[in-house]
Amino acid sequence: MSSPVVHAHGAPQGFIRRYIFSLDHKVIGIQYYFLALFSVFLGMSLSVLMRFHMVYPDAKVSLFEKLWPTGAAGGIMTPELYLSLMTMHGTIMVFFVLTTAPQSGFGNYFLPIQIGAEDMAFPVLNMLSFWTTLLALVVMVSAFFVQGGAPLSGWTAYPPLSAVGPLSGPGEGMGQTLWVISIAIFCGASLMGAINFIATTIDLRARGMSMMRLPLTVWSWFVTAILGLLGFAVLLAAGVLLLLDRMAGTSFFLPAGLVVNDQILNHKGGSPLLWQHLFWFFGHPEVYIAILPGMGLASQLLATFSRKPIFGYRAMVYAILGIGFLGFFVWGHHMFMSGMNPYSAMAFSILTMSIGVPSAIKTFNWIGTLWGGRIRFTTAMLFALGFVSLFVSGGISGIFLGQPALDLYFHDTYFVVGHFHMIMGVAAIFGMFGGTFYWFPKMFGRMMNETLGKIHFYLTFLGVYAIFTPMHFLGIAGNPRRYADFTNFEFMNNLMPVHKFMTHAAIFTAVVQLIFVFNLFWSMRKGAKAPVNPWDSTTLEWTVSSPPPFDNFAGKHPVVNHGAYEYSVPGAAKDYIMQSDPA
Amino acid sequence: MLLGVIVWILTVVICYFFLGHYWWFPPPISEHGQAYDAQFNATLWVTGVIFFLAQIALGYVIIRFRDKGGTAKYSHGNNMMEALWTSATALLFIGLVLAGTRIWAAVHFAEAPADALRIEVLGKQFAWSFRYPGPDGKFGRTDIKQINDQGGNSFGIDEKDPAGKDDITSASIKVPAGKPILLILKSRDVIHNFFVRELRLKQDIVPGMEIPFHFQADKIGVYEVPCSELCGLGHHQMRTTLEVMSEANFEKWKQEQAAQK
Ligand code: HEM
Ligand SMILES: [Cu+2]
Ligand SMILES: [Cu+2]
Repeated sequence: MSSPVVHAHGAPQGFIRRYIFSLDHKVIGIQYYFLALFSVFLGMSLSVLMRFHMVYPDAKVSLFEKLWPTGAAGGIMTPELYLSLMTMHGTIMVFFVLTTAPQSGFGNYFLPIQIGAEDMAFPVLNMLSFWTTLLALVVMVSAFFVQGGAPLSGWTAYPPLSAVGPLSGPGEGMGQTLWVISIAIFCGASLMGAINFIATTIDLRARGMSMMRLPLTVWSWFVTAILGLLGFAVLLAAGVLLLLDRMAGTSFFLPAGLVVNDQILNHKGGSPLLWQHLFWFFGHPEVYIAILPGMGLASQLLATFSRKPIFGYRAMVYAILGIGFLGFFVWGHHMFMSGMNPYSAMAFSILTMSIGVPSAIKTFNWIGTLWGGRIRFTTAMLFALGFVSLFVSGGISGIFLGQPALDLYFHDTYFVVGHFHMIMGVAAIFGMFGGTFYWFPKMFGRMMNETLGKIHFYLTFLGVYAIFTPMHFLGIAGNPRRYADFTNFEFMNNLMPVHKFMTHAAIFTAVVQLIFVFNLFWSMRKGAKAPVNPWDSTTLEWTVSSPPPFDNFAGKHPVVNHGAYEYSVPGAAKDYIMQSDPA
Repeated sequence: MLLGVIVWILTVVICYFFLGHYWWFPPPISEHGQAYDAQFNATLWVTGVIFFLAQIALGYVIIRFRDKGGTAKYSHGNNMMEALWTSATALLFIGLVLAGTRIWAAVHFAEAPADALRIEVLGKQFAWSFRYPGPDGKFGRTDIKQINDQGGNSFGIDEKDPAGKDDITSASIKVPAGKPILLILKSRDVIHNFFVRELRLKQDIVPGMEIPFHFQADKIGVYEVPCSELCGLGHHQMRTTLEVMSEANFEKWKQEQAAQK
């Protein structure tokens, strides 16, 4: 529980200490948010270039040549450039957007306030983890500018492709090395962040804030941090081994008898499958790291804006815990076709289907929460509702991929690309948009423009369905993923109209995002002044000024008397009871 | 309100495209392929109904429970319903996996029949090679030092091994219809993947491993084989074909190849 002396630091005065090397969790949260915002636009621009190349592989564009003099000599994008864009797109999106904004951004800002703490448990560690993350991003992006360019082995970096150096392709030299180093740095940053989140949640809760009164956002940040602690530790180890294979001549992932590009290599004794086990031991929990905060936020928004308590709060908590726990036993579903023991596929698939159950529970409970409500359609709420829709659509395709029998066809096709974009990509992004519209008033003291927000929401909602639904059909038709162009195969040529449609939808959706950026920056300066509690919400961040004072509660120590979602309580004066209202 | 209607429209449009089979599987050419399609269809129906009901319900609550004044219902949930839908989804999901087990078992647990035709598959950046034992029925030894792609020896068949003299190699794979085939999948450099859509079969090819993989194709024809595991800049052009021939034609092809030796 919170004790006043844990970390009593006053507000620093200088600009640098206050906004750059800040120890304030709120500033750090905003720093993370902008890091993710930069990254998501970079990642999205890369995806538009990729989509363009897929349907116009021979187009001459002088801009490409300016950006990549060798990768696009003469203005025509090479397949290796396509693959390096793809690798960087996936890596940036997964690590620097999905892991960063929902957890480190919003979590940093709001976890302490929502539990009634003055700051994170370890403010210096917090600052360090942000700057380490930024360093990782700089190293990652620099891979574009070295000899050979960015790596082409995908965000999963399977050896031997990723382990034998430039022999296996351009980008596999310095570019791949920088990639591994960046990921290792990122792991370090995430471990620091995870420890901080866990300690803060356990130790710094205000009086009366029992675990079963925590907002579901806090529950999901807490469990996400535990996943991060266990997952990133393993990825860090794997990354170091890969680096050793690349630079020190070890053979963790490289077997004997390799002949790459007509050259006989002197490795022996390693196994390419070892990397896959280590990677996915991290990788599957990682997709929950990406989506759990979104689920917590969706719960918070659905309760707030339908003016109802969460349907089955306890079931929601158990579902989060269940997902977190089971999440560590299903990594093998990424490896059904890998050549691992086929008997283990049965175990992994039953566990995978089991993890579908808590996910389904959450969906039912969301609809239960809405049922009988009085829904206020704010932009934040629209994104939460969109999240539920996308979560269902993306979850459904998982029932196909979780069956090894059906994966015999779908593995590594566009069906997979459609699946993970729906559930982990855009659903999580919708969570971030929802969080932005909901918390912006608290963070910046001004309201965002709701009209622009709604226009942006509807166009984006239609846009993402238009991009990612057709991918399922491509997958059913057998179109493999990670193909730079489709002209070598007759059956893929027949699918070109679908690809064209998706490319247009992607360009449209990308352009629409400018509305959001405009709204964000315009509202920061010109938005209407935000009151303390614009949404009539119940959680503690809505008891303090917008933006909150430096120590969050202006020297006071909040006391919590109520559960997190006491809306429409019969007999109460207003239609909500705040957590800190008198009992 | 508007969102509810949009969700409904999207749901109907998506279901329409799934029911219309505009972009779909090619017809299967094996018993396994038919079993696969049956399992796929079962899954499609089960999940399709869930998808439809969940989205329609979402659209419904959005429209029905929009703020029209009045008060929201104060409720913390219902344990009965919680237990009900938890067990229902658990049963449904696990049931689907178990139903698919037979298909997986036939591919991976069952051994290929002893008389299956053995073919070695070699993946390398960015081409395929296939090797058949010659009339002696035996594969010759290989030696990576003797690999010579230009000279037609991608496998590195050892000159000194008499068993290898009659081995037949080919850049595409030909098999007799209606006969069990046992592939031995090998890669020389990075991971590749052997995928035939019409067979509904796919398997990674991992350097350092020899992965056995068996199938039987029943319909004569030529089918495209796209590499389906990222292997480098030429991944998208790593193409070959599977030609399913009548048994007589297959024997004729083999003799022609052997004669050229
Ligand atoms: C405008 C939105 C987006 C578009 C048009 C888009 C498009 C694509 C395309 C075309 C691919 C490559 C498929 C292939 O060649 O196999 C891809 C891969 C990927 N995308 Fe996206 N994407 C978008 C947003 C996102 C988001 C928000 C995420 C966050 C999860 C994401 C994560 C990934 C990942 C992890 C990969 C796999 C990369 C790899 O294969 O190594 N994408 N995306
Ligand atoms: Cu997974
Ligand atoms: Cu390939």
